[in-house]
Amino acid sequence: MITFDYIKPSANKAAIDAIMKNQNAMFIAGGTNLVDLMKRGITTPEKLVDINNLPLKGVNKSNNILSIGALTLNSEVAEHETVVKQFPLLSMALKAGASPQIRNMATVGGNMMQRTRCPYFYDTSMPCNKRAPGTGCGALHGYNRMHAIFGMSEQCIAVHPSDMCVALVALDAVVTVSGPKGERKIPFASFHRLPGDHPEKDNTLEKGELITSVEIKENNFSKHAYYLKVRDRASYAFALVSVAAALDIQNNIIHDARLAMGGVAHKPWRLKAAENILKGKPATEASFRLAAQMAMQGAKAFEYNAFKLKLAPNSIIEALTLASKA
Amino acid sequence: MENEFFFNYDTMPDPMDRVDGKMKVTGAAKYASEHPVEDVHYGVLVGSTIARGVIKNIDTKAAERAPGVIGVLTYLNSPKVPGYDAGGNPVKGRTTGQPLRVFYDEVIYFNGQPIALVVADTFERAVHAASLVRTQYDAEKHSTDINANLDKAVYPRGRSNDYTRGNADAYKTAPVKIEAEYIVPVEVHLPMELHSIIAKWDAEDKVTVYDKTQGVKSTQRSIMQAFKLPEQNVQVYAPFVGGGFGSALRTWPHEIAALLGAKKTGKPVKLVLGRDQMFTMVGYRPYTIQKFGIGATADGKIIGMSHEAISQTSTYEEFTEGTVNMTRFLYDVPNVFTRYKIIPLDVSTPTWMRGPGEATGSFALESAIDELAYALNMDPLELRLKNYAETDPEKNRPFSSKFLKDAYQLGADKIGWYKRNRQPRSMQENGWLAGYGMSTGTFSASRGNASASARLSADGKLVIQSAVADSGPGTATVMTQIASETVGWPANKITFELGDSSLPPGPTQGGSTTTSTEGSAVHAVSVALQKKLGELAIKASPGFSNAKTEDLVFDNGKVILSTNKTTTVSFTDILKHNSLNQVEVTSDSKSLNDQKYSMYSFSVHFVKVLVNPLTGVVKVNRAVSVADAGRIVNEKTAASQIIGGVTGGIGMALMEEGILDNRYGRWINNNFADYHVPVSADVPDIDSLFVNKPDPIINPMGAKGMGEIALIGFAAAVTNAVYHATGKRIRSLPVTLDKLI
Ligand SMILES: Cc1cc2nc3c(=O)[nH]c(=O)nc-3n(C[C@H](O)[C@H](O)[C@H](O)COP(=O)(O)OP(=O)(O)OC[C@H]3O[C@@H](n4cnc5c(N)ncnc54)[C@H](O)[C@@H]3O)c2cc1C
Repeated sequence: MITFDYIKPSANKAAIDAIMKNQNAMFIAGGTNLVDLMKRGITTPEKLVDINNLPLKGVNKSNNILSIGALTLNSEVAEHETVVKQFPLLSMALKAGASPQIRNMATVGGNMMQRTRCPYFYDTSMPCNKRAPGTGCGALHGYNRMHAIFGMSEQCIAVHPSDMCVALVALDAVVTVSGPKGERKIPFASFHRLPGDHPEKDNTLEKGELITSVEIKENNFSKHAYYLKVRDRASYAFALVSVAAALDIQNNIIHDARLAMGGVAHKPWRLKAAENILKGKPATEASFRLAAQMAMQGAKAFEYNAFKLKLAPNSIIEALTLASKA
Repeated sequence: MENEFFFNYDTMPDPMDRVDGKMKVTGAAKYASEHPVEDVHYGVLVGSTIARGVIKNIDTKAAERAPGVIGVLTYLNSPKVPGYDAGGNPVKGRTTGQPLRVFYDEVIYFNGQPIALVVADTFERAVHAASLVRTQYDAEKHSTDINANLDKAVYPRGRSNDYTRGNADAYKTAPVKIEAEYIVPVEVHLPMELHSIIAKWDAEDKVTVYDKTQGVKSTQRSIMQAFKLPEQNVQVYAPFVGGGFGSALRTWPHEIAALLGAKKTGKPVKLVLGRDQMFTMVGYRPYTIQKFGIGATADGKIIGMSHEAISQTSTYEEFTEGTVNMTRFLYDVPNVFTRYKIIPLDVSTPTWMRGPGEATGSFALESAIDELAYALNMDPLELRLKNYAETDPEKNRPFSSKFLKDAYQLGADKIGWYKRNRQPRSMQENGWLAGYGMSTGTFSASRGNASASARLSADGKLVIQSAVADSGPGTATVMTQIASETVGWPANKITFELGDSSLPPGPTQGGSTTTSTEGSAVHAVSVALQKKLGELAIKASPGFSNAKTEDLVFDNGKVILSTNKTTTVSFTDILKHNSLNQVEVTSDSKSLNDQKYSMYSFSVHFVKVLVNPLTGVVKVNRAVSVADAGRIVNEKTAASQIIGGVTGGIGMALMEEGILDNRYGRWINNNFADYHVPVSADVPDIDSLFVNKPDPIINPMGAKGMGEIALIGFAAAVTNAVYHATGKRIRSLPVTLDKLI
């Protein structure tokens, strides 16, 4: 059997040190993703550093900033009163993810770090540059219905599967991490990365860095927000396309807008140009169509995901419409 | 003849709760892999990673050295299966050819074929050791894509099965005609319970297995044939079966593999397939392409139909099913042509899956009928009624019973069929397009051979036994009810024992025949028990000594003398008077081979869908299914069949699709995250309705089958509703949203 060591420290520093000492050590939180990957032989850590005793739980708001501890459960965040009232986009996105059972185990940090669901990544007898660099991309000329239409490379066309992260990138969240060199803050949009020539790297976290919290500034988007998840069944399926839409509407004029998509790229896909187009326009279908059109610039499809070129803009229109009516 | 079939419907108790419901929800029910067996070891199968070729080298050394491993079997060292060497077909069935011989030689027929079995002292150690087996192949070019191999379509067994009634091309000259192609993709059964077996050799030539099977006797026979063992030396148990939908109708290579592993290591071996292995080792519904032609007069009289199907099979077996059969008799059409062909591919053999053949065929037929109705500007229900077959046009004989018109009426009323606006894309609800659709389903009804025994004890306990399986429909419950009603004995004193091959032979649970076949045996043994009790009453009970058997009446647990109604004796007193602790009888019930009637169950499905005009998301908003399945013995378990069938139908219509990467011949979505079946949120409230009129011919209960018809036709009702909602005709299942935007 593949054996591994297991420790459960109660201080951040001890956890970080443990990771630094072993090339193949990994944090484990809820385990809903990592354990699956270990069972399939996709990830084979020599040491698991269980972080569940670290003081990283809870949702707090002070000085206009909402701070969510990395170990807070997806279900706790989704149901938290402040989140539901003031950051409904985040609550909706979390509730659209996985199943109630999984949300009761999954943590915010783990959700950010979850790996792609590309079938070629999962089947160890198939090629995959993300799992086994240099073996090729099975999806490029294979079954790529779930795959990216933005920001992919020849090396990898996988998408990031998270719902929560789409809301967080739309809300300009900031990630706080703690590492061997101390603490640093990463804007959410820079946390995940595009595959380029290194699809094995999903994000910009460095060895030994521990996510400690995610922060969101208070905003004016609580009234008109909608997270639309389009998928193959009503629940418990990953997004084909998802849209996080939030509008600050005053006198039927869009004062400010936030827009991001999931299921379309290697990272949660923020649509700044489309947001800019919306600003100052009336909250009408015509404006939403313009934004959708702008959002799709540079999109490129493969054999089985060409439908996303139409589904994505349609979903943006639907999400903006629902947000404006919310 | 009809009189022999006395069954008192009017005194049928209210729908009984499942006799094993509590055991199932509390976990007390033991499924195949849960039986405690001392010193059990764990078997894990290694699958091939190529689709065609030969094994050049298989290195098991690392696996053998891994901790806890007691054996690694491959074709190089496996014990022989005598039935394989005989060259025959040790796993008989309607599927012809040479079933896959596990660990027989180096030949690879499909990707995921079992090539090695690792046996270890724990499951985890076996899994790990299995990952250490290294195999080199001489791969050959494989073909797994049916669409790229259409030129290889052949008639099964090389013989034409073309059916022609009247003029095959008549539809082409009709004033209004439709020609279209319909596709049903691979669907995988995926019952919740993974296929599992525990195999234990009690002696060199004697074996006990706990198995997931829909037929304990058929599994017993397969093992007997494979290992050349006498019946009494093969014991099969399957007291509970966690679903099957057909995947457990035959004996598969993994079952033989477990027996070989146990033989080789001398330890009992437990083998549970992984979910991914459920895609390659226990069959699936085959990908099928259907060409349909239909033509009618302007007023809706169908002149002709033509239905051609091409389906897939493996290279080593010919799997066939009745895909085109219902087109021959469902409607009263003078000119009908059907043809059925298969294409051998480098894949594992498909097998019967709920509504085998007809579930696929009805999608084409019932879509084409709907298309024709719109082309005629006629209500689809009206078109069906206009071409209603009062008698069987294929065999030219009456139906044993057919109340399909009642079913149409019940369903149409319930869903409000006539209140809709018939124009496509004319209805909306909260910004979603709304649409209604309907379809018909049918499946053969029959009665096979079965036996049962009944044992009444002095304490009043009645045990009925038969070697049948219960994969979920509620067989034990329904049999208890039939025995209770026929014997006149309270259900709570009756136990129905099943799932044990040493009991009197019962049928394999498939093809919607269990209630008919097994119920007839239970009915027969119930009558025999009464007869025996009557004889015993005459022998020893006071007041009965001069009675003749024809003077005896049985009522509510008593024997009554019809010539003097005050002379009565209870069943248990009869035993006392005879100084007996128990009385036991066994009866056989013969299959019905009535050439005078055609016997079918029928179903009608009505659905309402909502379709999002922007995203193409489809929601089944309402479902009404009506069964004409003869007398409904238990409305609760029957309704559960409909709920399950409709749920499966929603899956078939909207999401189920096994996807193969043809470059590797390997499944892409072989897990429950990627192979979508409906979740609760996809399933609306379902109205299950029953015509509930007995069939006077089929069996004493008047009950036809329920299981298949609950699913058959449903997918077409959904696509027909999607057409009504959107004006888009989807002819390729499943209707994923990309097909609608
Ligand atoms: C069947 C299924 C369906 C799902 N469907 C969805 C869905 O629809 N939408 C969706 O968004 N998600 C979905 N998920 C994914 C789910 O959200 C993730 O599995 C979960 O969020 C991971 O959290 P965890 O705490 O269990 O992480 P773990 O499995 O414990 O860890 C995952 C990774 O994160 C790392 N990690 C964890 N915490 C930290 C930290 N604080 N700092 C640094 N690294 C850390 C670990 O080292 C590991 O690499 C699904 C999962 C499953 C199993």
